[in-house]
Amino acid sequence: MSIQVKNITKLYDQQKAVDGISFSAKSGSVLGFLGPNGAGKSTTMKILTCYISQTSGKAEVCGFDVNENPMDVRRNIGYLPEHNPLYLDLYVKEALDFVAGVHQIENKKQRIQQVIEMTGLGDEQNKKINALSKGYRQRVGLAQAILHDPKVLILDEPTSGLDPNQIIGIRKLILELGKTKTVILSTHIMQEVEAICDQIIIINKGKIVADDTLKNLKDNSSGKTLEQIFIGLTN
Amino acid sequence: MLTILSKDLSDFFNSLVAYITIGIFLLVTGLFLWVFPDSSILDYGYAGLDSLFNVAPYIFMFLIPAVTMKSLAEERKEGTYELLATRPLSEWQIVSGKFLASFVIVLLTLIPTLIYYFTVYNLGATPGNIDSGAVIGSYIGLLLLGAAFTSIGIFASSISKNQIISFAIAVFLCFFAFSGFDSFSQLLSLQSVGSTITAFGINEHYQSMSRGVLDTRDLVYFLSFIALFLVLTNLILRGRKW
Repeated sequence: MSIQVKNITKLYDQQKAVDGISFSAKSGSVLGFLGPNGAGKSTTMKILTCYISQTSGKAEVCGFDVNENPMDVRRNIGYLPEHNPLYLDLYVKEALDFVAGVHQIENKKQRIQQVIEMTGLGDEQNKKINALSKGYRQRVGLAQAILHDPKVLILDEPTSGLDPNQIIGIRKLILELGKTKTVILSTHIMQEVEAICDQIIIINKGKIVADDTLKNLKDNSSGKTLEQIFIGLTN
Repeated sequence: MLTILSKDLSDFFNSLVAYITIGIFLLVTGLFLWVFPDSSILDYGYAGLDSLFNVAPYIFMFLIPAVTMKSLAEERKEGTYELLATRPLSEWQIVSGKFLASFVIVLLTLIPTLIYYFTVYNLGATPGNIDSGAVIGSYIGLLLLGAAFTSIGIFASSISKNQIISFAIAVFLCFFAFSGFDSFSQLLSLQSVGSTITAFGINEHYQSMSRGVLDTRDLVYFLSFIALFLVLTNLILRGRKW
């Protein structure tokens, strides 16, 4: 199991953002994280990427504990945060070069070129990031996340605000990456989950209300659509 | 650390910050040194760079906070700090990379002023009639003072995500560290411990170095001053709740 989460709780002051959740994800699969806004999806992701630390519980990524070996966890993780913060003053290649430098990647140039092709940034590779449209910025964020070839990818709403063509492009890429890596992604789009996720976790008010494969989830609920299941569980 | 250093440096040079800082520093020191009659070397008549070293701390007091104010505050505001914090970088690497990048700018503002030294060297009634020892001491003092101000600036940048607040706090702290202790020591009620209080201030150590004497006490003072603020910054980043 490349991700093991046991009984994680996160308190912000008195408010419980995440309330004792446990799940695991294995390599070579795409895990969809669903839930209403404020359910604790991003918080869980931030805990897994060692950005914030949990109040209690235990989380492991690739066998490394997020509190004890945060550096090893970070080396094995690629993370695309929710609002996709980028250094807008940098050129696309500069930004990728910076990330490559941080991870001390060998054959920098070759790898950067490879990732630019994978993410379809070819035509925009010589532009400044602040000159890019939202879709291309998203691809830069994704390129930064996969540059060091991490075993685990954590993507927080990777397709929000993109047009349909771009969504399909990004989904293809995620599917491709999901063959060899563990991918966790959060989204509000049900078709997206049906299109790319193997396993689904629905989380509501900090608690897990469903954790199953897409097929089982549908079989157990007598022909309801995923949307109906989602509304039933979280409303 | 080197990656952050080079990214921030290229940021400074791409955004005019570096050129404006260096330009303004040279312009102001040039005016004080050669044009304004109160401090002009030509009117003063002695072959010395005293007026440069007297005015430079006050220019640094404003320029250095301007250079450092965005280094952490902007990362925080734009959310790019999340990119740094989720990469295999320790807080210490981030802080020292940021510190060194700003310090390189300070260094670059000082290098062109060597021209002033050579000018005065050759302008003397007998060329070379300048106290080179004192000049070297002053340069080292000024570099250390610049580094101390930079560490204050980085610290101020870490405590707020608003650059203006960071700037204002940094200017105040630089001013206070430079001459605040001197002024306090002159308070009547504190005169019995006056010299102890003065010793906390940067000015005391800066003046002592500009006499051309490199005292280990001054060196230790500056290095621990810089370390103190960098450690504080490090603590703030570790304890962040954002």
